[in-house]
Amino acid sequence: MVPTSHYLFLSLALFTIGVIGVVTRRNVIIILMSIELILNAVNINLVAFAHLWKQVSGQVFAIFIITDAAAEAAVGLGIIIAFFRNRETVLADEMDLLKW
Amino acid sequence: MLDLIFFYLFAALAVVSAVLVVTRRNAVHSAIFLITALLATAGIFLQLQAEFVFIVQIILYVGGIMVLFVFVIMLVNLDVALRQLQFNRGWLVGLVLAVALGAQLAYALFLGRTVQLTGAAGELKAENTEQVGQVLFQNYVLPFEIASILLLVAMIGAVVMAKKRL
Amino acid sequence: MNAIVEFFRPHLMPLIYALIIVVVLPLIAGYIVLLERKIMADMQARLGPMRVGPHGLLQPIADAVKLLIKEDIIPENADRWIFWLAPLLSVTAGMLALAAFAFGPGFQIADLNIGLLFILGVSSMGIFGIVLGGWASNSHYSLLGALRSSAQLVSYETAAGMAVVAGLLLAGTLSTRRIVEIQAEQGAWFVFLAPIAFFTYLVASIAETNRAPFDLPEAESELVAGYMTEYSGFRWALYFLAEYTNMVVVASVATTLFLGGWLRPLPNVKAFAFLDYVPALLMLLTAGYCFYRTPRQPTKVQQGFLVGVGLLCLLLGVVLFLPMLPLAFGGVEAPSLKPAIHGGFWFLLKVFAYMYVFMWLRFTVPRYRFDQLMKLGWHFLIPVAIVNVMGVGVALVLYRQMGWSLGVALTLTTLATLAVAAYLAVVGTRGEAATMGGAEGSA
Repeated sequence: MVPTSHYLFLSLALFTIGVIGVVTRRNVIIILMSIELILNAVNINLVAFAHLWKQVSGQVFAIFIITDAAAEAAVGLGIIIAFFRNRETVLADEMDLLKW
Repeated sequence: MLDLIFFYLFAALAVVSAVLVVTRRNAVHSAIFLITALLATAGIFLQLQAEFVFIVQIILYVGGIMVLFVFVIMLVNLDVALRQLQFNRGWLVGLVLAVALGAQLAYALFLGRTVQLTGAAGELKAENTEQVGQVLFQNYVLPFEIASILLLVAMIGAVVMAKKRL
Repeated sequence: MNAIVEFFRPHLMPLIYALIIVVVLPLIAGYIVLLERKIMADMQARLGPMRVGPHGLLQPIADAVKLLIKEDIIPENADRWIFWLAPLLSVTAGMLALAAFAFGPGFQIADLNIGLLFILGVSSMGIFGIVLGGWASNSHYSLLGALRSSAQLVSYETAAGMAVVAGLLLAGTLSTRRIVEIQAEQGAWFVFLAPIAFFTYLVASIAETNRAPFDLPEAESELVAGYMTEYSGFRWALYFLAEYTNMVVVASVATTLFLGGWLRPLPNVKAFAFLDYVPALLMLLTAGYCFYRTPRQPTKVQQGFLVGVGLLCLLLGVVLFLPMLPLAFGGVEAPSLKPAIHGGFWFLLKVFAYMYVFMWLRFTVPRYRFDQLMKLGWHFLIPVAIVNVMGVGVALVLYRQMGWSLGVALTLTTLATLAVAAYLAVVGTRGEAATMGGAEGSA
């Protein structure tokens, strides 16, 4: 029987690595992938608590999060494609059209 | 004993894959390591006796979202980007702050690691899929419908955004 | 030591089954290729492979040896690691899906609660093998073929999933073993209860496996074998193995869900119990035919081989007849052995019948153009599949809540779905004719 705190620490590790990816990388697609890592960490947290309290609500919430991640990934990648068509770049540092 | 071994296996795979996701130069390599991280997470779900979330993770995340990612990476693939800097100018600050955040959360978890959690305890009576279906369509039917409208909006938005000419 | 043995004992039989599948499947896939070439030849009024071994029966072994000793070429700027990984992903996804099937009442590697969904999910991971293979080849043809192929697979996956959902509504469970048992309890295969779902799944599964008439991404005259262009030797053999394994997987899904799995036709009707003799009879007839044709063979080797095949069929016929012996002589049924052996036979028969339909369509119908393919998938199959799910749901509500007869309710909703499908077919082609003609001037 694996104690719940193990799952919480794993979730924390994935969350931290995701946050590092979001604030450190330049490539926008890899930033999006790090966001997916963060969402997965949250899912592990929810499902671990669902297992602890023997309820399914946590799992239902996790399913909703997966659905939302799909929607967000689709729209985010659409934005990247539209931007790439205009500026030929996917690096976040070079997406500075509003600067004077 | 055996589930502890499996947990450490999946956890190690997930963490190593995650580290490789954020450090690879080539975006396709990052995508492949994200796939392994997602599969390891699915294994964790299976270990937590959440069969339906396991299979939804595989079908939607790995079979849907990651295919989308790989498509877009191929569409915007730039050889130039491979030879440029991978980390932005403020990477040290970002790293320190993220690690500080992680350390704070780890401390909070560490303090609470032996707390006996009490609360409304349910019961896993029926099969997991059946139970998830019942709860989803009885208690959470409104979020379900809103999620379907959200997906419709996202679909329309993505199509409009990626069109060449409106 | 004893503790270790006791620890592994419940996993022993599944491990043996898994080993059998992994070892035997490449051989079977090779012989399915030979079968396809023979059927192709039969439909084109010729003989097919005849040189290598009697009636070409050693052709797959010759092909395998040739592929193994070929030079392993990797394109110059290709990503070596992903180039190595891609065929592996396809083959692994295909073989993993075979773990959840129930080939007979006891023949199952893993009786998962989510069996059918597991199979669909793992099959959707096979798309990565195609996409990454095309990208890693660093070649235009490969990338285009890979993108087209995966776009096609993703589109028809939705339609296939909806068709499976319609069947699952009737079954009420995702476990493959329970689905067949429920079909036994109902007394009818689900194909008779949800025929539209079966035909939608048939069309969608042909597109899922990149078979003709949906094989544009890998047709030789179009994109030079698409994503497989730069793969040679054993890597190409792995892709081919993956394709035929996928064929077996979709045939097994259709068999489990719609065609009654390991049940004989009309499983519960006692009057048709004579159908239980059909497997043994079939094998004995095949053996008799082999022995009948033996004297006419030109060479001694071919005669000897045909006698060998005949003896094999005779042995199988005897094995299939043995569990029926007490019944034939007025005794009671031997409960444990008959369902297993006969079940395996019926399952394989249905899988091969489904694949025969695949091959039949390949050599009869011309290829779809890619935009026609996508239009068919999105404008016709997915709406029909969704309306079918709603129809089956309405029929079940009428049956369970309002007490109608299941047959009447299902017939009504099937007719309604057919009306919607007919409307879509007529209106869809009318719109296409208008834009093709250009007279309407719509953008």
